Amino acid sequence: MTPAGEQVRDPGERVRDPGLQPERTRLAWRRTTLSCTVAAVLAGRAALHQGPTVPGVLACALCLLLWLGFLAVAHRRMVALSACGPRTLSLGTARAAALCTLAFAVCAAAMVF
Amino acid sequence: MWFAPERIREEGDTPDYRFSLANERTFLAWLRTALALIGGGFAVDQFLPDLRWAWRIGLALALLAAGVLCSLRAVNHWVRCERAMRRGDDLPTSRFPVLLGLAVAVVALAMVVVVLFGWEG
Repeated sequence: MTPAGEQVRDPGERVRDPGLQPERTRLAWRRTTLSCTVAAVLAGRAALHQGPTVPGVLACALCLLLWLGFLAVAHRRMVALSACGPRTLSLGTARAAALCTLAFAVCAAAMVF
Repeated sequence: MWFAPERIREEGDTPDYRFSLANERTFLAWLRTALALIGGGFAVDQFLPDLRWAWRIGLALALLAAGVLCSLRAVNHWVRCERAMRRGDDLPTSRFPVLLGLAVAVVALAMVVVVLFGWEG
């Protein structure tokens, strides 16, 4: 973290954040989409593993939709992060990402059960 | 915290965006934990096929439930931290990490016991 004096300067003068915070945050989103992809692959495997049943395939399709939703949320946020001095994450985005995760778990429970 | 229509951006002063980004990364780390637990739930179901049905489903559902709690808590904690930073309060403390650690340890121990003693169906 830089000393507090850093932010008092003229914003136009600040060429680049020395801590690479937006970059690190972008990579954190990327890692999270990768985790989501692993979960989606396991969901696909679960659907095929026990022989494709109608509820299983439906739950798996829902998982894939949620995965796409998560990717869309992450993509929008990563685009926003590429701006200079990016805005704070919005509550809506945070909720959307968490809801995708939550719904994923519910679908997983339906597939496992 | 979850369903309140209030907007965080209108409260207090805007903190240095780098602190907000750090808070966002913490939020994402919790989401990854949730996703890993969900993956673990699938893994228990798929990679321990010899286990008795009740054990397999019980362990998988325990991991999935932990994933749900983690994702709920991720948003809640993020909102509380963001609000505290805007108001200039202390950051909120939480027992959740300890509880999650204990819960995961219990599930892991149960798996070790079940696999070692071979309670197969």
